[in-house]
Formats: sequence, C-alpha cells, structure tokens
Amino acid sequence: MKVLQVIEQAFRATGEEQDDTILWLSRSMQAAGADFRILLSGNAVSYALVQKGAPALGFGAWRQDHPANVGADVGELLASGVRIDVVTEDLAERGLDKKQCRDGIQRIARGELAELYNSVDQVWQW
Amino acid sequence: MSKPKTLTFAFMDPPFESARTTTFFRLLDATLDAGANINVFAYEGAVALSFVHQKAHGNTVHGRDVEQEGHPLSREWIAALQHKATQIGATFNWINCGLCADERGINEVIDGCGRGSPADLWKFAASADNTLVIGTR
Repeated sequence: MKVLQVIEQAFRATGEEQDDTILWLSRSMQAAGADFRILLSGNAVSYALVQKGAPALGFGAWRQDHPANVGADVGELLASGVRIDVVTEDLAERGLDKKQCRDGIQRIARGELAELYNSVDQVWQW
Repeated sequence: MSKPKTLTFAFMDPPFESARTTTFFRLLDATLDAGANINVFAYEGAVALSFVHQKAHGNTVHGRDVEQEGHPLSREWIAALQHKATQIGATFNWINCGLCADERGINEVIDGCGRGSPADLWKFAASADNTLVIGTR
C-alpha cells in the first residue's frame, strides 16, 4: 500500500513537541515498514525551504533542550529515500521562490495533483 | 452477503474544544450504521477522549446539578459506540498513541481502548478499505 501524506498545516505544535507532528508520525511509521510520499501544500510549503531549527523555548529558569528542527527532519526523510513534492503555486502565493527549495524536493503544479492522487492507494490530508 | 467494509480513522483533537470532535464521533456512528468495522488511532490530544477519569459536573449558570446537567463525556461516547458495534457484530478497535498519553499523563483509559504507536496506524490503514485522517487546526 502506498500513501500520500499531504501536509498543509505548518509548524503545528512544533514548540512543544520538538518536531512537526506529521513529519514525526511519518518517520515513525517508516520504521514500521510504511510506504509513503509527502506533498507539501498550503503554509507547509515553507518546509521545502527551511534549513535551521527553531529557537529553544524558555519559561523562567526552564529551557528546552532540543527545539524542533524541521529542516533536519525533512533532510532525514529525503536521505531515507522518501519523495517529497511541493506545490509550486502555493510557494508563489506566499512570495517564496521555487529556486530556494532545498535539493531533493520535487516541484509539482496544481494541475498535476489529480494524477498524483490517483497514483497512490490512500491520501491522508493533514 | 458481501464482506463488511473496514474504515480507519486517525484523529488529533481533544474533547471539549472543537466541533471536529463531535463531527468525528458522528462519522464513527454513521460508519456503524453502515455496518462497517472501525479502527481508530488517537493521536496527540485525542488520547484524552478515552480518559477514564473524565467527570461530569453540575452547572450553576444553567441552574442544574450534576445529574440534571448530564454533561457529555467523550469516554461515554466511545463506550456507547463500542456497545453499538458489539450489538451489530462489527469490530471497534481504538488505539491511543502511547507517547502522546505519557506526555499528557493520561494513561488510564476505559476498557477496550489500547496503547500503541504510529506502527498501529499503519497496520490499521493497511488492513482497511480506506482511511480518513482528521488533523487538528
């Protein structure tokens, strides 16, 4: 079974959870043998560009040890062979240049999404 | 007679904060109405849905005590759906993300709800006819 993980919400709980919850879920399922690819859409297209981690949370004397690093998590997924596409129009609408996307991210036009959706067994829209 | 369908749901919202939660339960109820089997993977805040210590309260603004108010509790909704599934001969599997339960301190859940990991979501999805994920917003 092949699943398309469509990530639309960006930076959901990244401060508290030290990662993007759906990127983490994907990596965790990958360890269980899951076969999936990822589509970045909406505000999550920023994940195609982000390179650095977030600053650590701090409240009073408490400091977070390992803040979220979405760029590193995306890099790990790419390095493990997961295909990641980003919607080009969603980049443009946010003033983001497709040339700024990190190496390994594939670009896909909205007009090609139906074919992509048809190519997998299940589509999970997060 | 055709084989009953099985649907898998992944859900992220906690009780009492969003209409997505009641919509999710309506979908589960309708799934059983259709005679289909159900798998649920409760992720992040949704692990609170089955918390056994949920407690109804009275409401002085409404002028009603605990019994009169009959405040809705999601653990009771799950139990009702478990019972409905049993009555119609459908399966109703519910797994909470264990790490999500740990970090929230809500490991005590009602009977019939288990603890697992994203690997269970993948197993659920792989064995189902289709999967609906409902992420929090």
